Parts: sequence; C-alpha cells; structure tokens
Amino acid sequence: MEHIISLFFRSIFVDNMIFAFFLGMCSYLAVSKTVKTSLGLGLAVTFVLTVTVPVNYLLQTKVLGDGCLVEGVDLSYLSFILFIGVIAGMVQLVEMTVEKYSPSLYAALGIFLPLIAVNCAIMGASLFMQQRILLDPTNTQAITSVWDAVVYGFGSGIGWTLAIVSLGAIREKMQYCDVPRPLQGLGITFIVVGLMAMAMMCFSGLNI
Amino acid sequence: MALFSKQNKEVFCNPLNLDNPILVQVLGICSALAVTSQLKPAIVMGLAVTVITAFSNVIISILRNTIPNRIRIVVQLVVVAALVTIVSQILKAYVYDVSVQLSVYVGLIITNCILMGRLEAFAMMNKPWPSFLDGVGNGLGYALILVVVGAVRELLGRGSLLGFQIIPDACYDWGYINNGMMTMPAMALILVGIVIWVHRAYFYKEK
Repeated sequence: MEHIISLFFRSIFVDNMIFAFFLGMCSYLAVSKTVKTSLGLGLAVTFVLTVTVPVNYLLQTKVLGDGCLVEGVDLSYLSFILFIGVIAGMVQLVEMTVEKYSPSLYAALGIFLPLIAVNCAIMGASLFMQQRILLDPTNTQAITSVWDAVVYGFGSGIGWTLAIVSLGAIREKMQYCDVPRPLQGLGITFIVVGLMAMAMMCFSGLNI
Repeated sequence: MALFSKQNKEVFCNPLNLDNPILVQVLGICSALAVTSQLKPAIVMGLAVTVITAFSNVIISILRNTIPNRIRIVVQLVVVAALVTIVSQILKAYVYDVSVQLSVYVGLIITNCILMGRLEAFAMMNKPWPSFLDGVGNGLGYALILVVVGAVRELLGRGSLLGFQIIPDACYDWGYINNGMMTMPAMALILVGIVIWVHRAYFYKEK
C-alpha cells in the first residue's frame, strides 16, 4: 500500500510527464489556450493512460517477455509496434464509446480524441513502464504488478492534467500582458513553461 | 520533371529556415528538449529522425493511393513503428552508449509529431521523390535546432563539446564555474524560447 501511494505521488510531482520528461509537449502547447479545453484534453489523456499502461504491462510480462510464449525467445524488440497498436486501438474504442453514449462530451473534445494516439505522453508512459519492470521492488519507481501499472498510468495522467490546466490559466492571463512582438505566442509560452519546470524542480528530492 | 527543379529545391530548403518544423510548425518538441543536454545524443537523434522521416515519407507516398482513408493513421503508425524498431536495433548494435542515453526517446520517435505531420501534410499527396526531399529537409531542419541547443547547453553546462573540454583550465582557476542549471530540463525550454525569439526577430517574416 505504501509503495502504491508513493508511486502515485512520485508520478504526479517528481516524474511529471511535462516538466521532467517533456512528453506530450506538442498538444500541451497547441491546446493550452484556455482552461476549459485544457481540462478536457487532460481528462481524456488521463483516461487513456489509465487504460493503456496496464494493458501494455500485461502484454509485456505475459507475451513479449523472455521465454513467455516460446522457451528461450525474447520478443521485446516487437514492443514498439505492439504498444502503438494497443494505443491506437484503445483510442479508437474510447472515441466510439464516447460518441455513442455522450455526444456532448464528444463534441467538446472534438479533434483532441484522435490526436491522443500520437501524444508522446501515452507511448512514453508505456515505455517507462517497460523499463521499470526490471527495477528492484524496493525502489519507489518500480512497477511490479498490474495495480502498480494502473496507479502509475493514473498518476501520470493527473500530473499531465495539472500541468496543462495551470499553463492554460497562465496563458489566459497573459493575453493582457505587453510582450515583445517577436516573442509573442510560442516564444513566451516556452519561457513560461521553463519557469514552471524550474518551480517543479523543488519536488525532485521528495521522499514519501 | 527534373530531379532538382525549382519546386523540389523549395521543398528541400524551406524546412531549414522559413518553415522549420520546430520553430514554425511547432512539431516534435518533446524529443528536441529531452535529448539536448549534450551534443552527441543530439546529433545522433537528429540523424535518426532524418532517416526515419525520409523513408517513411517515401513508403507512405508509394502506398498513398491504396490506403483507405479511414484507417490511414493506423497504417502510418505501423510503417513508422517498423522503421523505428530497425533504427533502434541499429543504434543498440553500433552506438550502445548513446542508445542508453537516449533511453525511451528513440522509441518515442514513433509519436514524434514531425513524422505524422509530414506524412499527413505532404506524403499523402505527393510523389515519392519530392516526399523524400521533404522528409530529408524536415529532418535536417529538426537536427539543426537540436545541434544548436545541444551545443549551447553542453558548452555552458559542462564546458565541453562532444565530450572534449573547450573552456581552458585557466578560466576555472580565475573563478569561472560551469552553469549546472544548463543541464537541467528547465533550461532546455527557456533556450528553445530564446531561439524562437531570435528566429522570429531576424529571419522569419510574418505574412
């Protein structure tokens, strides 16, 4: 239990997808113009992460790992293709479900849903999970069971949502600021994210 | 049609400056920031992305008339994932230390938006040869920014380039100290912000 709690908080604050690994940066910068759309995308990303990381964990440990299917054959070089297949399929499934049962949410999310398939945060979480399986179980970053994978996916999603919503809020306020012309738009956004990342660095020694 | 007609030349040269994938199209930021703490991984990453963009552009461009529109993203992802797997195995075989440094970011080339962006915007509508040039041009434009940011971060953060010490020992004796902040993730963002600023101010004319 202790391990799960510390994994959860580490994945939100210390191993934050945006500020520590720059994952999902493209949609992070493109969609964070207002708080409302940011929140929508953040929740969609959280949901897809919570589903795909455990599925990929099971694939990695039950199918691809050393000697899982055939004795003495390590298939883990196939993991890129398989993981991205799972992610693309899952996004398609989520899209169809949302479209059928909640058309209003579907209209609100619009183009973001299909975009999630190529969001590096999703693929990145699966690849980090693949690395962390091999870690020592006493390490707070280790992922040793499918529940760890669920918690890791959910925590990373919450961390990503937190980051995009706060940037959205800052950008809403920033419209009233007098920024030098060549720096307007993309340039100042980068610098703001850099300052936010610097602030998040104070969590890096956090031990729970 | 000539191999290097004026149109093809534009396709190749535009991404280097006026239509740079990172600075103007805002594609492929994630890996650009993460791998630039030193120069060597930045160069390897730039080359890997150039090769993958060029060949995936060619393959999709050859297949473009046979891909059903509804499942095109899945087809594109599979082609890219296969190429990335090959490149990742090659990196592991020949430059193992860099491949360890790049860790997950080699795999993340699959979801690098430059690839999907160019496939959607260019390769789906053009013949193989211009698509190849477009892929190489965009890859090099991406590599250019990586090299600039990587060089600045390594020079100021560690006082070296490609692992060789550049700043002489005499400077350290006088009290010069490496700026450790430069090796932190946060500075990558600020540096790219500054590069964008300079580019917008001097090279890029808004329409």
